[in-house]
Amino acid sequence: MAWDNLIRTSLRPMVRPRFQPPSRTPHDLGLRPLTLGLMTTAEPLSFQDLILTLHAYWSEQGCVILQPHDVEVGAGTLHPATVLRALGKKPWRAAYVQPSRRPGDGRYGENPNRLQHYYQYQVILKPNPIDMQALYLGSLRAIGLDPTLHDVRFVEDDWENPTVGAWGLGWEVWCDGMEVSQYTYFQQVGGLDVDLVAGELTYGLERLAMYVQGVDSIFDLKFNKAGVTYGEVFLENERQGSTYNFEIADVETLKRQFEDMERQVPRILAHTGPQGQPVVLPAYDHVLKASHLFNLMDARGAIAVAERQNYIGRIRDLAKMCAQKWVEAEQGERAGG
Amino acid sequence: MAELLLELFSEEIPARMQRQAADDLARLMRAQLQEQGVALDRLETYAGPRRLTLVADGLPLSQADRLEERKGPKANAPEQALAGFLRSTGLTRDQLVERDGVLFAVIERKGRQTAEIIAESVDKIVRGFPWPKSMRWGAGTLRWVRPLQRIVCLLDGRIVPFEIDGLISGDVTEGHRFMGDPAPFQVTDFADYRRKLAARHVVLDAADRMRRILDGARAVCAARGLELVEDDGLLDEVSGLAEWPTPMLGDMDPAFLSLPPEVIRTSMRTHQKYFAVRAPGQPGLAPHFVTVANIAPTDGGKLILAGNSKVLAGRLSDARFFWTEDRKVSLDDRLEKLKGVTFHAKLGTLYQRVERIEALARRIAPLVGADPDLAARAARLAKADLGTGMVGEFPELQGIMGGYYARGTEPDAVADAIRDHYKPQGPADTVPDAPVTVAVALADKIDTLTGFFSIDEKPTGSRDPFALRRAALGVIRLILTNRVRVELRSLFPAAVQDDLTAFFADRLKVMLRDEGRRHDLVDAVFVLGDDDLVRVVARIDALTDYFRDQDIGAVLAGYNRAASILKAEARKGPLPDGPVTVLPGAPVAEAELIRSLVHVAPLVEAAVRNEQFGPAMSTLGDLRGPIDAFFEQVLVNDPDSDIRDNRLKLLNQIRDTFYIVADFSLIGG
Repeated sequence: MAWDNLIRTSLRPMVRPRFQPPSRTPHDLGLRPLTLGLMTTAEPLSFQDLILTLHAYWSEQGCVILQPHDVEVGAGTLHPATVLRALGKKPWRAAYVQPSRRPGDGRYGENPNRLQHYYQYQVILKPNPIDMQALYLGSLRAIGLDPTLHDVRFVEDDWENPTVGAWGLGWEVWCDGMEVSQYTYFQQVGGLDVDLVAGELTYGLERLAMYVQGVDSIFDLKFNKAGVTYGEVFLENERQGSTYNFEIADVETLKRQFEDMERQVPRILAHTGPQGQPVVLPAYDHVLKASHLFNLMDARGAIAVAERQNYIGRIRDLAKMCAQKWVEAEQGERAGG
Repeated sequence: MAELLLELFSEEIPARMQRQAADDLARLMRAQLQEQGVALDRLETYAGPRRLTLVADGLPLSQADRLEERKGPKANAPEQALAGFLRSTGLTRDQLVERDGVLFAVIERKGRQTAEIIAESVDKIVRGFPWPKSMRWGAGTLRWVRPLQRIVCLLDGRIVPFEIDGLISGDVTEGHRFMGDPAPFQVTDFADYRRKLAARHVVLDAADRMRRILDGARAVCAARGLELVEDDGLLDEVSGLAEWPTPMLGDMDPAFLSLPPEVIRTSMRTHQKYFAVRAPGQPGLAPHFVTVANIAPTDGGKLILAGNSKVLAGRLSDARFFWTEDRKVSLDDRLEKLKGVTFHAKLGTLYQRVERIEALARRIAPLVGADPDLAARAARLAKADLGTGMVGEFPELQGIMGGYYARGTEPDAVADAIRDHYKPQGPADTVPDAPVTVAVALADKIDTLTGFFSIDEKPTGSRDPFALRRAALGVIRLILTNRVRVELRSLFPAAVQDDLTAFFADRLKVMLRDEGRRHDLVDAVFVLGDDDLVRVVARIDALTDYFRDQDIGAVLAGYNRAASILKAEARKGPLPDGPVTVLPGAPVAEAELIRSLVHVAPLVEAAVRNEQFGPAMSTLGDLRGPIDAFFEQVLVNDPDSDIRDNRLKLLNQIRDTFYIVADFSLIGG
């Protein structure tokens, strides 16, 4: 598995069929779509209002509302605001939307549930407050899911990502049988035990919006109240992205770039900034780039089974180097006053 | 006598861990109280999604007072030694007792308060609780399965005060997450606790939750003229997912019924934790499902069911997509794909494994009465479904999907064998009896075993990552159920023959013991080293029958005496060997025993040769009288060495004759 795919696999927009050729979809097979009013409020939230509602809600909880990280990542967890900030002794609260790329999941825009580029909503509360579950349930109420009418449950789902040496315990949160979020208490990141435990929430935004709006295809989602659909915004991106990921991306180039990134990480980490601190953040961006390049090579079918573990191990080593330096830097900072 | 109530209230505990947690809590608390000498009448524990609860009755409020005696110096010891002893005991010289010239201090220990002991015990239990996986949270260091939120601890209605990592014990807990009064509430004792929880929509006891689910699920089915497909494993799991479990019957698009029922059930069960539903007297499933919600909503479940139906439709659409796509490619054509799949780094690809299984199935076929070509064909296709979309999505349908995909284009015997060749998968699973299936099932498991043994990946202790014990047990059950006559070692490559045969002997022993056979009888047969499992078990069965309701000590007294004399003699030098004769002047009992042995020995040999172990045993039994008479009337150790040697030879032959059936020296020990 690609390192990205190890994270939050089940939060891909909907289902996760493997071996599925891009050109066919369950939708083509003549199943009558079930369109149901699943909401209790008169007008369900548009895709962007869903985001705005979550922003307003988590802002109230003292979160820094960040914008997405500007490097391609496979999941919101990989944003440095989560992976790196989960380490060390500094409290931290942030929420942000992160575009997530899974090149291998592209279906040329023909599958109503699958995208190679989609959005996750990510919240990190460090240390987790003791009422974090209640806060999370409050966010569901805020977007119109009333837990006295909908069946909300916390079902065991432990998160582990051997590629970044990270694991945590938590749940998938089910709403009427559908997984709407992942909820994790980080225990280790980059092979290091965390000092303060961060609680992490990941909402699969498209899936949640489909549920809230009662539509059967991602592309039919109302993006805003003015009638713009998700398809109008992103269908072309899916078509072109899938074509690039599966057909155009040049494996030799990707491989060379991967190796370049790999070489850069230790080189960057060896440098120090103006206050004598290690230069971790740019190095970590290079890890993310290496990871995305690996995912692209994988989508092109260029990674043999036997090579996979090797690539994953290489990315993990890079991520661990960054984690180590991040913690050292913070310790140095404290020691320095 | 007081009641103890303890509740450990946390965020949602994984369903699969709850039962064990309740057992562990009971065990640990019992051990703590016993260690401290605190008696109790009854102790019960309960586990649910958010709480572990313990109630115990009949506790004293304090330990009994005890007198403790400490030995001190001799009465005439130097002043310094005495002073030290007085200091350490806090007594004066005249309070000491003198006995046999030694001084003793008798100290009265007041019994400690039970509350104090409980506070310490809970601390120890919480900090050392054996969760399969535990975690820290927030800024704390305490570990629990998920964040621990509250502790209720009441003894005789009063709070037992303590603090664990910032968490302070009290008398306040919470009810259902979403239903009823959300405010935390106080409790006074277990009865009050249970009543208030019930009023706040929490069913405390897992058994009650299961009953509620089962009754409710049956009722919602019956209301629509339907029938629940019961599933104990699922029932157990969902009872750990809801504090107020509420079964609801949902609808499924009947178009999905064209899918194999195994697919529908697996999708419902593994992804959604739904029960399947059928119409009474009808084959297959009905287009409905039962979901167990955690709330009884005010709209009667309309929204919940609509949502669940939609999710299920999405799941089954995928399944139908796989079902359609998978059948476009023949299993033969899928074999090629297995060349790219590594089975194990040291054991090659799946394709190479298929080739090995194919050859082995062909070899085994004649032993089980199967057509070798059919067995080889089935073996060749048995793993092809691993490359299908459906098995990629539902690994537990491996074999079953291959069976479906082969049906129609392959002979039924082949499709059946593909479907069933993973069986038996566990002690509760059925054992195939169709010859082609048996051949492939044996070949599959034996290849796994020989493969991993040849790269030295044998199970050790509790580590058995490749489930080799289960594979061996599967082979054993296939062989015994189908009475497959084969010398097991002949099926293994020379390099692993000894190890693997010994491994099988071990597994068979364990299985027979688990089934309740006597250890000594099992051992007495195993020591013979036979590797025909059917014969081994037949021997053990014959011994078991023979010795049933018998005083083994009496039956074997003569044999054992012969064996121990031989053992003693063997220590002195080589035992005499050769034919036994009735020497002139031999006592009647000796002559009689020789005559009996000459008569019995060939009969026993013949019976064993014909695998008539029951008759062999009863024939051996005929020797009991003559042996007993011999030992009553004859002294083996005669001064005349010819006579003595002749008698030793006789005993030796008796032992050899017995040994044809089993090593009786291991019986009854």
